[in-house]
Amino acid sequence: MAALEELEREYERAKRDKKFQARLTELLTTYAGRPTPLFFARRLTEKLGGAKIYLKREDLLHTGAHKINNCLGQGLLVERMGKHRVIAETGAGQHGVATATVCALLGFECVVYMGTEDMRRQELNVFRMRLLGAEVRGVESGSRTLKDAINEAMRDWVTNVRTTHYLLGSVLGAHPYPTMVRDFHRVIGREARAQILKAEGKLPAAIIACVGGGSNSIGIFYDFLKDKKVRLIGVEAGGRSEKLGDHAARFRGGSPGVLQGTYSYVLQDSGGQIALTHSVSAGLDYPSIGPEHAALRDAGRAEYVAASDAEALAATTLLARTEGIIPALESAHAVAEVVKRAPRMKKSEIVIVNVSGRGDKDIGIMRENLKLD
Amino acid sequence: MPLAFYKKPALVAYVTCGDPDLPTTREIILAAIEAGADVIELGVPFSDPVADGPVIQRASERALKHGTSLAQVLTLAAEVREHAQSTGLVIFSYLNPILRMGMAKFCKVARAAGVDGALITDLPVEEAGEYLRAMRAYDLAPVFLAAPTSPEERLKRIAEASRGFVYAVSRTGVTGARQQLADDARKLVKRLRRVTRLPIALGFGISTAEQFAEVGSFADAVVVGSAIVETVERNRGREAEAVGEFVRKLSPVTAESSVAAR
Repeated sequence: MAALEELEREYERAKRDKKFQARLTELLTTYAGRPTPLFFARRLTEKLGGAKIYLKREDLLHTGAHKINNCLGQGLLVERMGKHRVIAETGAGQHGVATATVCALLGFECVVYMGTEDMRRQELNVFRMRLLGAEVRGVESGSRTLKDAINEAMRDWVTNVRTTHYLLGSVLGAHPYPTMVRDFHRVIGREARAQILKAEGKLPAAIIACVGGGSNSIGIFYDFLKDKKVRLIGVEAGGRSEKLGDHAARFRGGSPGVLQGTYSYVLQDSGGQIALTHSVSAGLDYPSIGPEHAALRDAGRAEYVAASDAEALAATTLLARTEGIIPALESAHAVAEVVKRAPRMKKSEIVIVNVSGRGDKDIGIMRENLKLD
Repeated sequence: MPLAFYKKPALVAYVTCGDPDLPTTREIILAAIEAGADVIELGVPFSDPVADGPVIQRASERALKHGTSLAQVLTLAAEVREHAQSTGLVIFSYLNPILRMGMAKFCKVARAAGVDGALITDLPVEEAGEYLRAMRAYDLAPVFLAAPTSPEERLKRIAEASRGFVYAVSRTGVTGARQQLADDARKLVKRLRRVTRLPIALGFGISTAEQFAEVGSFADAVVVGSAIVETVERNRGREAEAVGEFVRKLSPVTAESSVAAR
């Protein structure tokens, strides 16, 4: 608790500190590569024959996903707090790589916890983290995925709390994490809103983003919240079936509960034990969802759907072949939703899809599942 | 009021319920009481025990494999109560199983089972309003964890909200045996004395008779958890007997004086 209060205080101060904000902006620009382009997907639009599709290219950021936005922000906070050791959890490895990168940049010791199942399917990212000087610790408990990596990171944190910062990678965990991580990703929506107004002179009819913990989606949604006519659509992992244990669609099969310090929708059994989950994409494979998404859903401001493993894989191939962009399997869930939705929309309408990460890390899984050779 | 400690230092014994199965857990608990335990913490296994080290994690996994639930643990508590009227019984759980059952229902069933109190590891006192109201309504004692890193203000809140005793955590980190007790422990107990008159039980990392005696010299009670759970793990087929022996060895004085106290 004391560490959370310290973090909250420091974050509130940093938020108002012009120097801190200027340094963050500079790093986001000169190091991470912001702003990212908003790209008109002409061939995909023609192929689907409905709404005009734009892609927000977070996949073009340094380290290959939106995760770097939050890591740079929290990294600068670590500097302010005078801590030297950073720990993180990772599912797909994108947050782990971004954390390892920022630790190398700012000179921190870095330990990343990762489920051994995820280490197997995201081998490339494991090597990248090690190359960047981070120690990757495999986690053998539970489903050996993201949830278990967070458990282990929390255990490390409570043990070494005096010297260590826990660089949580999604809008999860105890306060102030969900709010702080959202704020560091708001830049996605802020840019997208200005970019679409410049390109089209009007707001989009819908924004689509995938939701694991929910950081990229809340990041792109947030600056559109006040634009009531813009539909905000989050896409969860539908996995291989609707049976509990076969998916990570918290709004379809979950109920209110507490996991890892967050009260939100949780996939659980009748006794309150947390259920196992499955998704082809490691980054969406998590039994709970950021609490702000739960609030947006209950308020009716955002809607949440699911895309199956098969739909995400098909969308990956489609985007690769129509636009020459290989999305991360997480982001492919958002693409799968636009494939279903765009044909039903008017040609005058615009939809923005957040391509939160690039697919290089998933090449192994795609190869196993797509059987192109 | 069974949560009172009859002797000093008193022994609080933690057991993961359902490991290896519930009938054996019942025998283990009765053996621990026979050997001198004053309070039993009935651990409810949870799928994601973030506050626990590897020993209790493994025990929880074993207990969950055959579906041990909070409801079953409460039934077990009622059975233990029939055999042990003067032993304190505390439900030790993570928040989610209790939320799922419903706070008020949990308190009602626990009261009916003869439970004295509860400790919810992942419910900070700052968020405990509804829980405290429900616990009070059923005359149950809420026990909270105080950590060496807790600032003065927080220790005060914990002391004010706690009934029965305050659980002081000997060091930062998760449950599990350690070679040495940190200086943190003594300092924390001293700080707690300044804000409460409740007895203070110290736990996390205590596994030997030497540590028991050392802690007993400055705390009112000693909590032993992982070491008991590990004894269960290592003695397949004779769990209760082994736990009885372990508890007796841990505190030979406790075993004698507990007989006298009753």
